[in-house]
Amino acid sequence: MNALLWTLLDLLLAAMLLGLGWAAVATRDLKRGVALFIAFGLLLALAWARLRAPDLALAEAAIGAGLAGALLLAALRDEPRHEKPAAAHSRAGLWTLNLLSVLLAVVVAWALLCALEMGEGLRLAGAVTDHIGQSGVSNPVTAVLLNFRAYDTLLELAVILSAVLGVLALGPARRGYGLPGPVLGGLIRWLVPLLIVTAGYLLWVGAHAPGGAFQAGATLAAAAVLLRLGGVDRAGLPAAAVSRWLLAAGLLVFLGVGLSLAGLGYGFLQYPAGLAGGLILVIESAATLSIAVALALAYVGGWSRSGSTQPDSTQGGSH
Amino acid sequence: MIDFIAIVLIVTGIGFFAVGSIGLLRLPDLHSRLHALTKADNLGLGLVTLGTALLAGSLATAIKLLLIWLLVLAASAASANLIARHALERGDER
Repeated sequence: MNALLWTLLDLLLAAMLLGLGWAAVATRDLKRGVALFIAFGLLLALAWARLRAPDLALAEAAIGAGLAGALLLAALRDEPRHEKPAAAHSRAGLWTLNLLSVLLAVVVAWALLCALEMGEGLRLAGAVTDHIGQSGVSNPVTAVLLNFRAYDTLLELAVILSAVLGVLALGPARRGYGLPGPVLGGLIRWLVPLLIVTAGYLLWVGAHAPGGAFQAGATLAAAAVLLRLGGVDRAGLPAAAVSRWLLAAGLLVFLGVGLSLAGLGYGFLQYPAGLAGGLILVIESAATLSIAVALALAYVGGWSRSGSTQPDSTQGGSH
Repeated sequence: MIDFIAIVLIVTGIGFFAVGSIGLLRLPDLHSRLHALTKADNLGLGLVTLGTALLAGSLATAIKLLLIWLLVLAASAASANLIARHALERGDER
């Protein structure tokens, strides 16, 4: 009975995901499309939770639905009209597109089938559980991201950094928002400190439970988005010179740790036993700040023009 | 007995959600729709969290659930205020 209920819930979830995905793409009104995309992201987070991947559920809710949604809304803000231009495809072009879509669907379905049928020998989960004792943390996701496959995470940080450099190259920030009314202002005043505490908790708890640098960074960035919406032009970011260093800190610390270990004869990012936990925490702390600054800068859209005219009492990062 | 009370609370809460959703779909203008949605949802979520807190088995989980309710309460009240104010300023009350 219970299993049947869960299956029904899962089927409903899958159907709603497909429906929302379709609706988000099909709607002519871009604002409506973004709203549907945010709802899609929240349901996707539920789907990850049902697949018992709480780390991914947290990341999807914070980054996929929350920050990506905020970014899309910010991008739409200065658009005069929120309508997709009518597609002007020829009949032949339309058929080619359809054919390519079907081909893509077949390839994706085939890849999924291969993954599902993969032999036990190729699965790495067993290897992770066997060696988690040496990783310095007890959360298998953090063990993989920051120890066994630390190289991947290092490169991910480099990707985020270069993406934000691209955003910064587009020029100064868009204009900010006006001062909020008392209700929103009050909410922001007590939500922002709460978000900062939550980010610290997520960073710390990542060693032994779902959490970690990406979730913590996204939570900090959410505080920045709130501040920006509440009329704080710089979104609580420190001065540009400091922000630049914070932006690069994750990659610099990660590389620094890796290279020092290599210099000491351990091999690049091969943590010595006993030090692994501490080193992972140092890297994750720096990565959290970098991710937060990167996401906040992407949301603001560049360096703020109003510079240092903000009163210090409203700077979120320095609470 | 606790199970029974919890189930009654959760079912009542779901009832409030249903009423709120019907109000969102059926009421004529923005302000009454907001009224129906936020009041019903806040009370509905409160009852559901109260029920799940009874079932949670540990005080820590129960407190976390109540904190979630308070956060949603604040966020939903603030967003209702924002939507209503925006509509009032623009004179757009559909």
